[in-house]
Amino acid sequence: MAHYTPPHQGKLGQLIDVIVLVVLTLGALFVPLKLGMSGAAKVIAAPIENPTWEALGQSPVQAAQYEALGYTPASAHDLILARFDYSFTMGGLIAMIVVIVLYYVLMLKFSETEYRDVIAEKFDRK
Amino acid sequence: MADTDIGSKTMDGMGPHGTKVGLLRVLGPAHVWALGVGIVLVGEYMGWNFAVGKGGAYAALIACWFAGILYTCVAMIDSEVTSTVAAAGGQYTQAKHIVGPLMAFNVGLYLVFAYTMLEAGNAITAGYLISVVAGMSGYEGVLDQRPFIILSILFLAWLNYRGVLATLTFNLVITAIAFVAIIVLFLSTSGILGGGIMQHKALMEGAAALPYGWIGILAAMHFGLWFYLGIEGTTQAAEEVRSPARSLPFGTLAGIMTLLIAATLTWYICTGVLPWEFLGDGVNGSVAPLFDTARLSGSDGLIWLLGIGTLFATLASANGCINDASRAWFSMGRDKYLPGWFGAVHPKYRTPYRSIIFLVPIALIFALGAPLDQVITFSILSGLLGYTFMPLNIIMFRRKWPLDSIKRGYEHPFHPLPAIVLLALCAITFFAVFLGYGTQLVAMIGFYIVVSLWFHFWRYRFVSRGAQFTMPWPKPKGY
Repeated sequence: MAHYTPPHQGKLGQLIDVIVLVVLTLGALFVPLKLGMSGAAKVIAAPIENPTWEALGQSPVQAAQYEALGYTPASAHDLILARFDYSFTMGGLIAMIVVIVLYYVLMLKFSETEYRDVIAEKFDRK
Repeated sequence: MADTDIGSKTMDGMGPHGTKVGLLRVLGPAHVWALGVGIVLVGEYMGWNFAVGKGGAYAALIACWFAGILYTCVAMIDSEVTSTVAAAGGQYTQAKHIVGPLMAFNVGLYLVFAYTMLEAGNAITAGYLISVVAGMSGYEGVLDQRPFIILSILFLAWLNYRGVLATLTFNLVITAIAFVAIIVLFLSTSGILGGGIMQHKALMEGAAALPYGWIGILAAMHFGLWFYLGIEGTTQAAEEVRSPARSLPFGTLAGIMTLLIAATLTWYICTGVLPWEFLGDGVNGSVAPLFDTARLSGSDGLIWLLGIGTLFATLASANGCINDASRAWFSMGRDKYLPGWFGAVHPKYRTPYRSIIFLVPIALIFALGAPLDQVITFSILSGLLGYTFMPLNIIMFRRKWPLDSIKRGYEHPFHPLPAIVLLALCAITFFAVFLGYGTQLVAMIGFYIVVSLWFHFWRYRFVSRGAQFTMPWPKPKGY
């Protein structure tokens, strides 16, 4: 393989590359957050009015620990009753699997192409 | 073909530039242990308890042990490869030599984001802890945590800027104190020394046993990783240890053993004292579970010790994260995978100072702008993508360079069993993340797909081809 000489990148070009990467990074975290699609929201299926420890399903030992932590039944209500919703669709699961597999296939395929050039230039040009 | 010597005293800044002002080789096995355990031990002090929230206390224990198996596989695989690829950048450098440039670019980003998000999570916890201490000391307002978050990150970045030996010696001391604090809390509350306060049976009976059923056990694997996340960071010190082939496997494997003990003790202590709903909510409930357990012990000494332990664990972790993220960023800059400006070493302190400084505002944005569970999830996801790479890496490594072709400092046993187990556990963990955090998972992978295309079609033109292969190895088989 012919020796590859990379082009020189000026300071402005370097700066633009960094900005692109930072913007993409921040977008990956903050866009789902700002759109309210960050998931993990717990829901309270059946709120209890005027809750007591018994109504919240707490044994005397559990209630005593909550009180030692400074909670009352009212202040612990949301904490105790909130639950994750683990229902999902097979379509959603299959989509996730396809995305992950495609990602790794894409990476391995492109990497292999690039790697062959690296090995050829490193070992075959003598 | 061997144009670099990984043990060279005069030319230890490896890479296409072949700089003679390289990183400084001053670290021993204890520093490697401190780097690995220091980053991770905070996982026992905060964050792991989200696993309780996702599946209950028993589910968290099962997740803790299965994640322990996952990380044992990671440590075994990593120890073999890194005892041979002894260069800064860790898994990034491994991927560059074994799989290919695009994979390496992705792995480098996994490392940077996993550690930077973890650093942000540490700073959030440090800020929370200081606000709690202020409340306990009689302060009656709502303490603004932001100055403490900013100061923590700036102080540790400064420490990293000034030199690696002081940084990791500092880590060694505060990590040891944080680990001893867990042992003392266990001995003091379990009944071994004095009266015990454990009430596992009463706190985990009935609906509290497995509140979500079997699916909760799977879901808990998501945050089960937090018990150990970051141990693979020991490889980042490869270019700065005096004897990489010996120190790296020793420090890494000793680290995972330490963490297996600490994780199990932590689960035992906290689930025996704190109700699972409180323990499992790391945002509105127990942000720092070991500290909360100490608060219920009724002992001022334990409260102070665990308060100090939590603070030290967060600082040690953030410190190690700055160290590791900057090495990965620096290595990519040195190879021109990122702008070459980042590939500079400080002429006096011999640290990757530009990378250290650049990552400070990124960490601050995450620490000040996102909730703890989201930050942790992004850190875990980046780590998980990296762990999925490792089985592929070791299988390709053994195929391209069989055992008789390169001398390893450590050969991991039972190959390919650890790789297969690791891959299977990664698949389970992807499903666990999907349960409740599927949007982040897709967003994160979408991000990596976009940056991969950006790298392949744009950025890679600035990278020298053959020169990025810096290991003194023979040509790989099959090429």
